[in-house]
Amino acid sequence: MQRSLRYWSVLTSIATATALLAACGTSGPGGSKSSGEAATAWILTGPTEATFRASFDTWNKAHPDEQIKVQSFENDAYKQKVRSAVGAGQAPTLIFGWAGGVLKSYVDAGAVDDLTSDIDASTTSHFLPSVTKVGQIQDKLYAVPNNGVKPAVIYYNKDLFQKIGAQPPATWEQLVGLVPRFKAAGIAPITVSGQDKWPLLMWEEYLVDRIGGPDVMKRVLANAPNAWSDPAFIQANTMIQQLVDAGGFVNGFASISTKTGADVALLYTGKAAMNLNLPSAYQTIQTGDPSFLSGGKLGYLPFPAVAGGKGNPKNVVGNPSNYWSVSSKASDQQKKTALDYLRTGLETDDYSEALLKIGLVPPTTGAQAKLASSSNGPYLQTIYDAAQQAPNFQLSWDQALAPAQGDALLTNLQQVFLKQITPAQFSANMNKTLGS
Amino acid sequence: MVSGNSTTARGYRAGPSVWWTLPALAFFVVFALVPLVGVGVLSLMKWDGLSAPRWTGLRNWTHILSDPVTGKAAVLSVKIIVLSWLVQTPLSLLLGIFTAGRQRYRNVLAVLYFVPLLFSSAAVAIAFKAILDPNFGISRAVGWSFLSRDWLGDPQLVLATVVFVIAWQFVPFHTLLYQAGVRQIPAVLYEAATIDGAGPLQQFRWITLPQLRYTVVTSSTLMVVGSLTYFDVVFVLTGGGPGYSTRLLPLDMYLTGFTANDMGGASVLAAILVVTGLLLALGFTRLSGFNRMQSQQEGI
Repeated sequence: MQRSLRYWSVLTSIATATALLAACGTSGPGGSKSSGEAATAWILTGPTEATFRASFDTWNKAHPDEQIKVQSFENDAYKQKVRSAVGAGQAPTLIFGWAGGVLKSYVDAGAVDDLTSDIDASTTSHFLPSVTKVGQIQDKLYAVPNNGVKPAVIYYNKDLFQKIGAQPPATWEQLVGLVPRFKAAGIAPITVSGQDKWPLLMWEEYLVDRIGGPDVMKRVLANAPNAWSDPAFIQANTMIQQLVDAGGFVNGFASISTKTGADVALLYTGKAAMNLNLPSAYQTIQTGDPSFLSGGKLGYLPFPAVAGGKGNPKNVVGNPSNYWSVSSKASDQQKKTALDYLRTGLETDDYSEALLKIGLVPPTTGAQAKLASSSNGPYLQTIYDAAQQAPNFQLSWDQALAPAQGDALLTNLQQVFLKQITPAQFSANMNKTLGS
Repeated sequence: MVSGNSTTARGYRAGPSVWWTLPALAFFVVFALVPLVGVGVLSLMKWDGLSAPRWTGLRNWTHILSDPVTGKAAVLSVKIIVLSWLVQTPLSLLLGIFTAGRQRYRNVLAVLYFVPLLFSSAAVAIAFKAILDPNFGISRAVGWSFLSRDWLGDPQLVLATVVFVIAWQFVPFHTLLYQAGVRQIPAVLYEAATIDGAGPLQQFRWITLPQLRYTVVTSSTLMVVGSLTYFDVVFVLTGGGPGYSTRLLPLDMYLTGFTANDMGGASVLAAILVVTGLLLALGFTRLSGFNRMQSQQEGI
């Protein structure tokens, strides 16, 4: 009896171990490489999800032999998931990204294909040159634009400006001057999501650009020693802390999350007057309170100029677009499907229309003609002009920098806003990340 | 069959065959030991998760151990452990005693108290994030302005908020432990005490508490070792912020690994966590006499 019991235990153990090993080897997308399989693409949830899905649905209907499977993820979760997937060789065929430092790390690791010869001028000539350029690394094309152009602008509530009889600010002094007037009227001057950190970054990016011009950040990106000690950083952070002291940002801004849309909700519910944001703010209002838009209550203006600053007030910061890259680990069949989609399926009229409808400017040269006829016409024109006329379109720093530096930047900047560290400490902390 | 019976008897004396541990052992090796060795090796390498790892010797260790963020995270983890224990133990003890009563309304309440344990941590955190929103949260729903605080954004307040949310989620579990513990105390003890003229407080002090001794030890061990690895709730609720105010060690490990993409540094933190966790668990079993636990009901 004991003997048979032993046999049983051994058998069970072997079975368990085998099952475990088998489970470890299960492949994700792109794991098996049989021909004829579908390509895969991961997209983000949110306002653009439906547009992306519609584009792939149309493609899949017209190309039964070249199917693309789509999965969607929340923004922050996606950024972490996709990197692990790429590192493990399990990336989707089409990798959604922001270009910048992350794309460079993919290129360095040989994880994405050089598309220069596959996607030639017949495709790229449709895109705005400034947007296409961001997808290139050392003159080779690794990423193709796939989303609206996203410069950050200040969104404001016209009703509230009327209530206190104020004009939209054109200079930093005017903006600071509005703070006590709004506060006296019981209105929060500026709403910002301090919990998600990246919305704070737009204030820093614009102030540094207005004060010191784009070269300040270029030195950081080139890892020049002590590049973060540039006077422009010190001055920008001092101005931010002064604005915090003056009560410029809504009470409890550090608890406000942009994932729930609470930052923008303060704007359209008449609790806060201004919000510096990406065009996603416009989409949040579209779903949150469309009557705010149709009633003409939403204003938008470029970030104000700073007196004595070196930067051109027409410069913008934000995300030039999002991009598709092709995973080098995909099978030939998957790659062919992905490239065919990028060449003929991506920038269709339907797709442009769908982007315009949700208030995004397509990154194409042909978009200009369609702006006026859209229901979001005047707004789209402002965004297009901002992107088109900008001498410099700075990619969001957290994306432009290497990931380790981007992480440290966001946390240190949040501490500046909370006055946990001084501008000098910020520069010292960030200098330590250079060259790492 | 005869010889079979005799071996079975011998088998019982020596306890069940060692082979019985094999499935568990296989699990432990594949899912605990192998990754643990991997972490040890990775902690000596520089790896961003994409390109090939490179040997760097002890560079990660000196870097992480001299980083002020690590020190801060360790202090925070200790604070969370102590505060969580101080908040959760009395609450679950009292609730456990209360729900141990056989009255029907107490059973109904016990079921209600148990509900938070069934929710996923992520859902709990997202719900609390919305409830604690200073502008659109509970303060607006009930109109009490003192609830409109910067709960998740004020570096002074946020730790208390996190301790509260964790307690909200885990008190039900420990309540359950105490409820079971109290129900096992023989009623004779209370009857005897009542005859001797002991009041409810005295009964609590001299019967309930001593009888619950090992439940307290079990619950505390779970609480302390569990607190060391709190991750999900804090990650979703605050993401470690504002600044570094809630960046606990496990969160620091995750963010170092998956946001800053420094897998070597994250492995160092993981190794520190493993060692600390083992030491804590060992210390607890040693100090409390967990391994020589005996019945407290001798002579009844």
